[in-house]
Amino acid sequence: MKVKQISVFIENKSGRLAGVTRVLGENKINIRALSVADTTDFGILRLIVNDPVKAEEVLKKEHFTVSETEVIAVETPDQPGGLARVLNILEEKGVNIEYMYAFVGKTRENAVVVFRVEEIDRAIQLLNASGIRLLTGGEVYKF
Amino acid sequence: MWSPEYESMSRRRLEELQLKRLKATLRRVYENVDFYRRKMEKIGVTPEDIRSLEDVRYLPFTTKEDLRENYPFGLFAAKMDEVVRIHASSGTTGKMTVVGYTRNDIKTWAEIMARSISSASGGIRDRIQIAYGYGLFTGGLGVHYGAEMVGATVVPTSGGNTKRQVQVMKDFGITMLACTPSYALYMAEVAAEEGIDLRTLPLKAGIFGAEPWSESMRREIQEKLGVKAYDIYGLSEIIGPGVAIECQEQNGLHISEDHFLVEVIDPEAGKPLPYGQEGELVFTTLTKEAFPVIRYRTKDVSLLYPEACDCGRTMIRMNRILGRTDDMLIIRGVNVFPSQIESVLLANGDTEPHYLLVVDRKGNLDDLEIWVEVSEKLFSSEVRKLEGLGRRIKKEIETTLGIGVRVKLVEPKTIPRSEGKAKRVVDKREVYRV
Repeated sequence: MKVKQISVFIENKSGRLAGVTRVLGENKINIRALSVADTTDFGILRLIVNDPVKAEEVLKKEHFTVSETEVIAVETPDQPGGLARVLNILEEKGVNIEYMYAFVGKTRENAVVVFRVEEIDRAIQLLNASGIRLLTGGEVYKF
Repeated sequence: MWSPEYESMSRRRLEELQLKRLKATLRRVYENVDFYRRKMEKIGVTPEDIRSLEDVRYLPFTTKEDLRENYPFGLFAAKMDEVVRIHASSGTTGKMTVVGYTRNDIKTWAEIMARSISSASGGIRDRIQIAYGYGLFTGGLGVHYGAEMVGATVVPTSGGNTKRQVQVMKDFGITMLACTPSYALYMAEVAAEEGIDLRTLPLKAGIFGAEPWSESMRREIQEKLGVKAYDIYGLSEIIGPGVAIECQEQNGLHISEDHFLVEVIDPEAGKPLPYGQEGELVFTTLTKEAFPVIRYRTKDVSLLYPEACDCGRTMIRMNRILGRTDDMLIIRGVNVFPSQIESVLLANGDTEPHYLLVVDRKGNLDDLEIWVEVSEKLFSSEVRKLEGLGRRIKKEIETTLGIGVRVKLVEPKTIPRSEGKAKRVVDKREVYRV
């Protein structure tokens, strides 16, 4: 139920984001979703790609600081209240969310929400118990 | 001249005195310090084998690493009951370099500082503002005791609070200033902001040291403060400030040779160099009791002028410091070794730290920015953790160095490598030779 996210450290200077995407493109790696967290000095790029193992490998080869981060992905109906239900469950049980981002799949019916939480195993348990469907890595990478 | 009987004694009499004192120092360390005795035994030398000043070259060197290995009091040649003062400076890694003083050592130190203040035209009528830090650092207390011995009016402002320093300088009618050269310029800048022109004050002379500076900086200080600026040299391992001081001629610093035997060596070969050749300064103390050192390698680069000086002093002159043989930096008067930064990063889980110290002088104040390459070991996908890491590294470096720094997290391979080895320092201040 855990999904692999690729996280990349990027300095706040021009061309760095382009550099990452170019390396991925040249290696035929498709980006499914991405989010950037930025501070005054640096940014953290988080990516869901079709081939995380290869993405990590090629980015490392190009001297980027890369890490693989475990996240969970929830499919929610693309309609009002879809996300709120998931968040309510986590909030009630006191699971802290470090960050999250969402993307809409090819079918456009459902949205996928990616969560990075403090206690990932507990979060998975709670969501499963509440009947929330978690996507597997395989499903997300080709969503 | 404070002590003309010594400062202008004939070279022949001086050398007799030096030899007598050298022999006594060697006996003292041989009898009281295991480290020195073992080192001498290893090469089969006893104090009695040293029969001339030239023979000193047969003795082994002492290095900062030796001091660290004998931390804190292992090289003391006096009983702790006799030690009345401890000072310390930065070491190359976590441990400080610790030195001790007996009552006589404090007197010796005051004597050479009194000579220094007199050499810089200071006397009983002067009001001396001492803006060197007071504490473990030798600057403040070292100058202080000398200024009191001279009989000047001592105003121990210590470092910091620059607006108040300027206020004191103006309101108390300060005539002499002792601080680092960069701080002197900073004071002039702050004074100007307060609408005070230091040139219009009674201030006439300054004793500046504890960091390298240049002739162009001297001109700037003399112009902006309206003073005659004297270069002073010293290091805690030898005694502290006052080992050497410029005279009215401002052409080289007279070394108090009756207390310190100086050599200049080729730092690679470890062989003494003739006068006039540039090399590493090596000192042997001749009168120290608590912390004598034999052939201490300062890693400061200079050269010696044996020619007579117009001021009448016969003590040999050394050139202002021309550089270092190691990568030590002096930032706001504080010794900084890149290896200190490395030890902090290692302690934070960075197994192969890549970092760069970028030193600049911004508005006459030294500024140290440390670039740290974010390795996978340090990296986190969470902003909170990464920012926390930056803050923690900053705080730990500041605790280790004792000065404020800025830490910038950078991408791998940002820091240039030369021949596989990283360059650790970029110093934009041009403190030497300009």
